[in-house]
Amino acid sequence: MLGRMANNVYWMARYIERAENLARLLATTYHMSLMPTASGEDTANWEAPLILVGGREDFLSRYGEVTPGNVLNYMALDLDNTSSIRSCIRVARENARATRTGLTTEVWEGINQTYIELESMSYPQMLDDGFQEFFDWIKERSHTFRGACYGTLRRAECFAFTRLGTFIERADNTARFLSIKWDMLTPSGRPLGAVDYYRWGALLRAFSALKAYREVYSTIIEPRRVAELLVLRRDMPRSLVACTLEVAGVLRGLRSQAMCTRVCGQIHERLERHRIDGILRSGLPQFLNTFVARNNELHAMIGREFMLVL
Amino acid sequence: MPWQEDGSAVTRKKTGMLKRAFDEMHGFDDGLRKAYQAYDAWLKTTHIERLVEKHQQADLIFRRLGITFSVYGSEEGVERLIPFDVVPRILDAEEWRIVSTGVCQRVRAINAYLDDIYHGQNILRAGRIPAELVLNNPAFRPEVLGLDLPRGVYVHVAGIDVVRVGPGEFYVLEDNARVPSGVSYMLEDRETMMRLFPELFPLHAVAPVNHYPEMLLRTLRSAAAPGVVDPTVVVLTPGHFNSAYFEHAFLATQMGVELVEGQDMFVEDDTVFMRTTDGPRRVDVIYRRIDDDFIDPLAFDPSSQLGVPGLLSVVRNGRVTLANAIGTGVADDKAIYCFVPEMIEFYLGEKPILSNVPTYRCAIADDRAYVIDHLEELVVKEVAGSGGYGMLVGPTSTAEQRYAFKASILAHPERFIAQPTLSLSTCPTLVDGKLVPRHVDLRPYVLTGETTSVVPGGLTRVALREGSLVVNSSQGGGTKDTWVLEG
Repeated sequence: MLGRMANNVYWMARYIERAENLARLLATTYHMSLMPTASGEDTANWEAPLILVGGREDFLSRYGEVTPGNVLNYMALDLDNTSSIRSCIRVARENARATRTGLTTEVWEGINQTYIELESMSYPQMLDDGFQEFFDWIKERSHTFRGACYGTLRRAECFAFTRLGTFIERADNTARFLSIKWDMLTPSGRPLGAVDYYRWGALLRAFSALKAYREVYSTIIEPRRVAELLVLRRDMPRSLVACTLEVAGVLRGLRSQAMCTRVCGQIHERLERHRIDGILRSGLPQFLNTFVARNNELHAMIGREFMLVL
Repeated sequence: MPWQEDGSAVTRKKTGMLKRAFDEMHGFDDGLRKAYQAYDAWLKTTHIERLVEKHQQADLIFRRLGITFSVYGSEEGVERLIPFDVVPRILDAEEWRIVSTGVCQRVRAINAYLDDIYHGQNILRAGRIPAELVLNNPAFRPEVLGLDLPRGVYVHVAGIDVVRVGPGEFYVLEDNARVPSGVSYMLEDRETMMRLFPELFPLHAVAPVNHYPEMLLRTLRSAAAPGVVDPTVVVLTPGHFNSAYFEHAFLATQMGVELVEGQDMFVEDDTVFMRTTDGPRRVDVIYRRIDDDFIDPLAFDPSSQLGVPGLLSVVRNGRVTLANAIGTGVADDKAIYCFVPEMIEFYLGEKPILSNVPTYRCAIADDRAYVIDHLEELVVKEVAGSGGYGMLVGPTSTAEQRYAFKASILAHPERFIAQPTLSLSTCPTLVDGKLVPRHVDLRPYVLTGETTSVVPGGLTRVALREGSLVVNSSQGGGTKDTWVLEG
């Protein structure tokens, strides 16, 4: 496979995954905002997505005020925001288009269809259809994409690079997302109240993990266990350790002796060795930020190894 | 636009001096033509609303498949659809025999001519073509003089634009010997027709076209240097912002070969390699979809980002084959066009099967005088122009336009040719919920490998505007599926 094409399918998968995770974050944010809160908290809640994508300055300069409507518009549909869902889908589709020859019809048409429908979407329409419906639709399109890849792509390099893109991006998003929300949701010193449970529940739901939490722990929601579930549980498909396990497996299949394969193995083993209490003692956000940085180095190494990205 | 050159021709509509155009379905209004009998019977049992519905469905299919072309100039690279018409253009076996043998004959002659031009130049020495027309031509590439190509093939893929004016009267309007495009529309149009109107196909013995990609691959593999076992073929595209990118991707996929950009390849050890995830891999045949000028920044346009530095030297050493070869442009400009019948006689010793449109070369005094006197009836074209630019359509022109052209012709006669206005045939076409006659042309795609052959049919382009004879997609042209009936 051409190095450039490997790069294209990798980014295609990353951007689809990113769009999905943005939809998850925004859905949760919206959900949380429906709870009664002090107004300051609500603003912080709505700023979180902006901070996550690093677009707060840009947002404030163009929209002025942090309101739910403004943030949703900016994060979902604004094409001048290169991190919006619509921008992600556009870039994913550009990458898919640049590598059509490597994709099956199902994968290409799925992405193209998402792009076409999203291009015609307007804010009033999103408002009219309901935000949850919109976010559900984005998630569904992402599921369709992965399903089409899984069900139709030959188990060769193209498939491998879509998997790499998906899991490198997912690990990054899970870590960032959890890092931002952790501080917001961790009350200092006071016991958890009803609203807190609700919010942790909403957070778990963003990772499709609420039901899993109940199955695994069969107890009320504790932040410590939420962190454990999303960082260290191998059986949680959106946890960090699950993502690095996937990446490590794909890289071993591609080139077992490569530098990036070894580094990925190290990242994964370190996660496996950790216990949640140890991580929390030294601070979860710090731990997550370090992870994001290492994950990003791994991304760069993969690029140099296979895609001739210098 | 995806078409390389404009295939425009113009008829005289206003003056009414010409007889009405020949219709593919109804002839000169003298009864239903044979090829359309089964279609006509079907049409009589079909509501027009159903056609309209199918037409809308076709749009959706094309959009979903991403069969679009990009429009340059607009900020975001807007993608458009080329309008697809649901009424097929049908040719019977006898008509196709004339067209197919005619275009193959032309391409054989053009290949012989190019081989001669870059070797002995016998045709120039015999005085059959003015030497300055060839040697001073900007498309003439002295860099490849004396270079022997596998089987002497220069034009592996040609698109010959054919128009019709009467039952058996076909004319060649233009030969495209550089990078002809549009073949993906021929294939997708058929695919779409079969999806929309499955019931029509059992009623007609329509010759298949979908083996074109296999024929193309076989042609390209046969172009590899002698001794190369299992040659690696690639399609070279300018990239996904190019207007014809869809077609490049389509053909690469259908042939199962890599679609590369210039940056994906490099030259080392007198060999062209592509960069793959497994390291460099040797390339033997490049089906290039970029022009000569951009193919190698070291040899031609140094600012080109699209080509591969050093490619020409590998070509010259016979270690990679380009399809089409470098320098084929010297066979298809509008002045050389006049001499294709000469070529056929000179190289093949045959009579041309298809006629040229009579062409006046303004460089010749007698021709020029005639053109100046008859501007109102003629179509004047710039020799090097394409895409419908630099053209005067006499019958629909204003006095000022004619005056301006007269001045231009007198100033630079060698830059202009003129042709009589042809009355292109029409074909029923769905416009605003009605079937109305619209002018069409036909571009069969001729492949030359071990032999010269053509898939039955080609791309029919249709001018959707009433009375218009300009079929270019940029000028509101659409496409139709082209059926050749077996029998």
